[in-house]
Amino acid sequence: MAGTKEIRTKIASVKSTQKITKAMQMVATSKMRRAQDRMKLARPYADKMRTVIGNLSQANPDYRHPFMATRDVKHVGVIIISTDRGLAGGLNANLFKQAINLFKEWQDKNVPVSLCLIGAKGAAFFRRLGMPILANVSGLGDRPHVADLIGTVKVMLDAYREGKIDKLFLVHAEFVNTMTQKPRIDQLLPVAVAPSSELQEHWDYIYEPSAGEILDGLLMRYVESQVYRGAVENVASEMAARMVAMKAATDNAGKLIGDLQLVYNKARQAAITTELAEIVGGAAAV
Amino acid sequence: MAKTIHVDIVSAEGEVYSGPAEMVFVPAQEGELGIAPRHAPLLTLLKAGEVRVKDGETEHSVFVGGGALEVQPNHVMILADTAIRAKDLDEAAALEAKRRAEELLAGKIDKIEQAEALAELVRIAAQLKILEKLRKIRA
Repeated sequence: MAGTKEIRTKIASVKSTQKITKAMQMVATSKMRRAQDRMKLARPYADKMRTVIGNLSQANPDYRHPFMATRDVKHVGVIIISTDRGLAGGLNANLFKQAINLFKEWQDKNVPVSLCLIGAKGAAFFRRLGMPILANVSGLGDRPHVADLIGTVKVMLDAYREGKIDKLFLVHAEFVNTMTQKPRIDQLLPVAVAPSSELQEHWDYIYEPSAGEILDGLLMRYVESQVYRGAVENVASEMAARMVAMKAATDNAGKLIGDLQLVYNKARQAAITTELAEIVGGAAAV
Repeated sequence: MAKTIHVDIVSAEGEVYSGPAEMVFVPAQEGELGIAPRHAPLLTLLKAGEVRVKDGETEHSVFVGGGALEVQPNHVMILADTAIRAKDLDEAAALEAKRRAEELLAGKIDKIEQAEALAELVRIAAQLKILEKLRKIRA
């Protein structure tokens, strides 16, 4: 009988899809928890770094490191952190939309924008825009390491030092909570650190070897830690977005299976009825 | 009880150590430094080596790949690097990142992408067909 077999195959295929999305949902859930933990672990370093830089700029107000000085903006650098894999709902699409708005804002002022891309999705997307890409790294996995980011960040820091860019932004997905992730744009350079309020009297550190060198090392690490934090937060957002997307997919598959089952039952009943009618008709004829 | 100084060792990937100490030894760039409580404020960079935290009888030892040290009279903060770094190593990593960017612009991954897009297209077309069928059955 036509129809029922096809419907049965389709039900089986939707069921296996549902199994996969369900599994992906559960994997994303557990990975999200771990990524959240790493986000928490990254916080003290960045906070303490900020405190030290704040102290330093207060203790030594005459010295201005190039990373802290604002200058005329002739060229802008943007670091974009995206995910490596898809199936994460609208996470990357929203992020890219925000990034493009940021580009437009600067390009309207006749300021060219250079990119630094972290993550395969961003690389595939922004390549088509034909904007200069200074550095690229992807395949960081679910546990990004600072070591994997050093080179990429250094390219941008060097460009800033050499005056090729005058402002550096970081674009990544902010993990608000499990249901909400939103694109976030932070200014990395020049570094704006508020001096810590608790130390009002004038005092100074002993510097070894020199204030400039130390500040250089500190600011470089500060920027790196910010990018690292962004990368970790992006992983947490990716997992949360995937979890939600896969939950929706699982639910939809369930609904589809229900509908298909109904169609299947009706077709089956119709087939039985016709068969019966044929038998009865046949018997009557004899 | 002897005077103590609070020691925090943090790295970008997590907190490494936190606790009181009578004396801390760190591998500063200019040579090993010993820090006792009430040390004058000091800021220095560290090289890769061992940080030893002496607290009474016990001594904790933590390896750091470099980093920065801040000393305030009552606390010591070590911002440790998780990665071993050296100028040429950083330079090599930067070059690698640049190379990848150039590769990306040159479009070396085009073929893979094309294949992926094609596979996606076939899948979607098949799905559309099934949907069409479903609609017919329902109607």
